[in-house]
Amino acid sequence: MTGKPRRVVVTSPRTAAARRPRHPLTREIDEQTRLGEVYMRSLVRTQFRLALFVCTLLACLVGGLPLLFLLVPDLRSAHLLGLPLPWVVLAGLIYPAFIAGAWLYVWQAERNERDFADLVERQ
Amino acid sequence: MSIAAIVVVVLAAILIGAFGIRMSRTTSDFYVASRTVSPLWNASAIGGEYLSAASFLGIAGLLITYGADMLWLPVGWTGGYLVLLVLVSAPLRRSGAYTLPDFAEARLESMAVRRASSVLVVLIGWFYLMPQFQSAGLVFRTITGAPEWAGGLVVAAVVAANVLSGGMRSITFVQAFQYWLKLTALAVPLVFMLLAWRSDGFPGLPPGDPWALPLHGREHPLYETYSLILATFLGTMGLPHVLVRFYTNPDGRAARRTTLVVLTLLGAFYLMPAIYGYLGRVYGLPATDTVVLSLPGRLVGGMGGELLTALITAGAFAAFLSTSSGLTVSVAGVIAQDILRGGVRSFRVATILAVVVPFALAGTARSLPVATVVGLAFAVAASSFCPLLVLGIWWRRLTTVGAMSGLLLGGGLACAAVLATITGGPKTGWMGALLSQPAAWTVPVSFTVMVVVSLLTQSRVPPGVARTMVRLHTPERLNLDRGDWRPRSL
Repeated sequence: MTGKPRRVVVTSPRTAAARRPRHPLTREIDEQTRLGEVYMRSLVRTQFRLALFVCTLLACLVGGLPLLFLLVPDLRSAHLLGLPLPWVVLAGLIYPAFIAGAWLYVWQAERNERDFADLVERQ
Repeated sequence: MSIAAIVVVVLAAILIGAFGIRMSRTTSDFYVASRTVSPLWNASAIGGEYLSAASFLGIAGLLITYGADMLWLPVGWTGGYLVLLVLVSAPLRRSGAYTLPDFAEARLESMAVRRASSVLVVLIGWFYLMPQFQSAGLVFRTITGAPEWAGGLVVAAVVAANVLSGGMRSITFVQAFQYWLKLTALAVPLVFMLLAWRSDGFPGLPPGDPWALPLHGREHPLYETYSLILATFLGTMGLPHVLVRFYTNPDGRAARRTTLVVLTLLGAFYLMPAIYGYLGRVYGLPATDTVVLSLPGRLVGGMGGELLTALITAGAFAAFLSTSSGLTVSVAGVIAQDILRGGVRSFRVATILAVVVPFALAGTARSLPVATVVGLAFAVAASSFCPLLVLGIWWRRLTTVGAMSGLLLGGGLACAAVLATITGGPKTGWMGALLSQPAAWTVPVSFTVMVVVSLLTQSRVPPGVARTMVRLHTPERLNLDRGDWRPRSL
């Protein structure tokens, strides 16, 4: 072809159409398109990171205590408020710590799910 | 007095079972109705079924024998729910699975993995039931002087009758009530005993007694502590009678909230066995599973002591009956469904099998402390179902072959260690430590095998894995295609 291409006037940039997927996102997920998979993987990854974070904290606490007692023998016979420290921790304080961790996890996990649902339903 | 308490608890259990026949709701009715159960009731029911003789009686006995390291038992039995909450609870509820074999089938789309899971559920159930019967025998003998098998027989018979009539189980409120009964049965005597301790002038341990120090009292304390931690924290999610209760949550979000409440309820309960153990040691009581029963008589004495002992006895029998019923239903369901042909007649045969085998084991096996044997059941669960659930929920590349190899090798090794310990008695030296606390090596073996074999067999990834992930992880409010798999137990 020779000559300049014909000039056209752009009247509507249709920017919104370019951003919005053609199908609702739930359909992308149902049909397992690449886009749907990206959304699914991001949800699973977010929740997994949260789970891993809590598990790591738990592992440090629970795995660290025996090691601490091994490496710092004085802690074994230390006292807190007149009670032996290992007992105060293992027979008392650790339970509220579990509950606090669980409560924070539930709060964050529900928020992740709400964000995901809002994202998918938005358009 | 204590005999009267046993009679009341057993009669109540039988009556509830008998009314269960009349109500005779179908399974699906029950599940529909149960959707209206609030997290607090559901969590109480989980607690009621979960707190077995090992928690109620066993922890205090082990504490007196081994000292502070045993505090990890109740910590692990509570913390296990934190791990379960974080890694498993909501996806498991969303899977729609009613039993562990259901989950295996739904996720891996394989009947072979389903059957392997069924066998493991039955073994874990039997290992868990056996010490309940032994412990019931011990308590019954202490109270009445009857031979040791008699108490186990009473519990086994009541449980079998109840499960066959279909009563006990289907009533969430009964199981929920059991939690509060057990909590009261330990808390009320504890208040009186602490008062008695105060009027004695707060006697403590003799000076220089190393009993209250951690990492002390066993041959390989560090290894055994870590192994115990692994078994209890990771084994909770693989217990067959716990999983079923998650199905009665309306959705994944409620499953999480229920787990949070369970954690709170268990935390409240487990504050007490430690104090029982401490008082038992201070007052120089013998280290047996019945120490909890003999404490009120020693500290309070007289009529009051007898009343408190009766209350504790009632709590102990509630513990035997509720845990055994939950386990028996789960084990019988799996035997009937996956090993026999299914249907009502199979379920009857399965119930008898589910009860008779652990009862026979209880008579022949060594009489180890109840909490030790229950700990072994946790080790098997941690080495088989924990990797299956965690990898199944979070890792798309898990294959049928990988899951199967991990279940068989991890679960098989742990079972072998348990059998060696309960038949041959606890051995000494490193061999004894490795066999009596197997989780520290069987759990890593199981995880490694599942991952490595899966990576080698990537052609065997289940075809529907993407749909299953949608099912497991998306919140229910989204209208998505989650596949049409339904558990066959319903």
